[in-house]
Amino acid sequence: MLKPTEPATIENPQTAFDSTPAPRFYLQRRRRIMQKIVFSAFRTAAVVNALALAIVVYFMAANGWKAISWTFLTQPPTNSMTQGGILPCIVGTLCLSLGAMILAFPIGIASAIYMSEYARPGRLLRIIRLGINNLAGVPSVVFGLFGLGFFVVYLKFGVSILSGALTLGAMTLPVIISTTEESLRSVPDTYREASLALGANKLQTICRVVLPSAMPGILTSAILGLSRAAGETAPIMFTAAVFYVPHLPSSIFDEIMALPYHIYVLATAGTEIEATRHLQYGTALVLVALVLGLNLTAILYRSRVRKRLR
Amino acid sequence: MNNNLRKIQDRILKHFFFFTALTSTAVLFMIAFFLFKEGIPIFEKVSIQDFILGKYWYPTSDPPDFGIFALIVASLSVTLLSAAIAIPLGVMTAIYLAEIASYRLREIVKPVVELLAALPSVVIGFFGMVVVAPFLQNAFNLATGLNLFNAALMLAFMSIPTICSISEDAIYSVPHSLREASLALGATHLETIIRVILPASISGISTAVILGMSRAIGETMVVLMVAGGAAMIPLSIFDPVRPLPASIAAEMAEAPFRGDHYFALFATGIVLFLFTLLFNLIADHVAHKYKQVGEASL
Repeated sequence: MLKPTEPATIENPQTAFDSTPAPRFYLQRRRRIMQKIVFSAFRTAAVVNALALAIVVYFMAANGWKAISWTFLTQPPTNSMTQGGILPCIVGTLCLSLGAMILAFPIGIASAIYMSEYARPGRLLRIIRLGINNLAGVPSVVFGLFGLGFFVVYLKFGVSILSGALTLGAMTLPVIISTTEESLRSVPDTYREASLALGANKLQTICRVVLPSAMPGILTSAILGLSRAAGETAPIMFTAAVFYVPHLPSSIFDEIMALPYHIYVLATAGTEIEATRHLQYGTALVLVALVLGLNLTAILYRSRVRKRLR
Repeated sequence: MNNNLRKIQDRILKHFFFFTALTSTAVLFMIAFFLFKEGIPIFEKVSIQDFILGKYWYPTSDPPDFGIFALIVASLSVTLLSAAIAIPLGVMTAIYLAEIASYRLREIVKPVVELLAALPSVVIGFFGMVVVAPFLQNAFNLATGLNLFNAALMLAFMSIPTICSISEDAIYSVPHSLREASLALGATHLETIIRVILPASISGISTAVILGMSRAIGETMVVLMVAGGAAMIPLSIFDPVRPLPASIAAEMAEAPFRGDHYFALFATGIVLFLFTLLFNLIADHVAHKYKQVGEASL
């Protein structure tokens, strides 16, 4: 039983219970120092991650900016891809990623509407969610194999923009669904109830109340899906992209060039890997700028909308 | 009358949305179907056991050898080594963001980690080839900088964002009352983090780690460009290797259509698909079984 032996004073509060203050004082200090050391390790880890991004972007920018010029962006490659520009690759990447979004966006939104507005929590929803999560985890090269087996060979679309866009669309579907569902769920239930109370039916409520309120989040999901589709290489290797096409695509059944695949080809398969180094850096810089630009737009847009809502 | 029509309309719409929501699951099944359709024929030539445990992968020699054991070992070793780098870095960053960093810093660092996830894999592979490989070659005096260690390092930075953001959500959602109770008992912030917050969020962190590893094992461009490409069982971390996705991506263009090599690559795809499916199912199981439910999670 702990009992005060003498009244504690303000100057010396410890003596009331503890006659040996010294070890305790050191213990406290050791714990505090330990905390400082470990916390600075945590901070270092965070800094390392941020630095990793900065270093990659720095190397691409420092070595790539020399290659960037008006000719580089608006001319096709010349002299068996050792000179000239990357216009066909830029056009190809835009075709593929926009095509993927045109296919995946409506399906993604409709799936998200079902999961957030119609489905009741239970086994069925769990199975659907499991399917989406597992689709998100399928390796990109397996999507490529699937695209080759199904779109290129079985449906006979050949190596074409259509096959590539369908493959990329299947791959971006989970990204769009999860981002959209999250933004639909963040719409307060009172909005839905107010709309229903005014006599609107479910579809009217979704179209006129829920979707408009969730629009910023839905647009963010579209931008993120677009950037994901633009940066992927493995799914288009067997389904859409080829080493070199002399002309710009004129139909959705044409083969095309694409930025990520162009980097890979120049860096590994060309006969003059060293001589085209500046072209590789330049192409990588364009791709990084495109993808990070899209992502930054999404992040800034989201934070601005959040501030306005607050 | 009008009311009845509305009800029918609502029901049709519900079914329409339901069937659209099934698309993802349908795609998943179709992926499995086409992998098996194009991959099964190889097992008429090679038994499953020889395919998976065979040590020699010489698909173009005569007679060809289709044994992917070295590729599986390569994939697993690259993934484990990258996990050894990514787990500490990712979880520590998550703790820093959720517990220690000020609100303003958090608002800056979080998007940076998200952007790291957005970097195209081919760019990270290119960076590994032209920057990290020469550096490793000089620093450790190696025959080639394109090796297991380089690939693992690049993969680590691809899986950190996954590990970090899911762990951070889990740590952030630990109830405040737990934290306050621990602090009130006289524990320091660090002791609170290690003894209370981490145990309470361990299910979320495990999910994060498994999903991060699943991303690493399936990642293609990085291992294709920086792993070195030698189909041998690695003896040191500086040996060149040829993981499963690299083998598929590198050889598919040259494999004769519907030849044995083509079927073998699809069968390799089946193995890879099953690996990631397993990882994802485990992650889902952990997330559901040990769900974080308020105070009951300790």
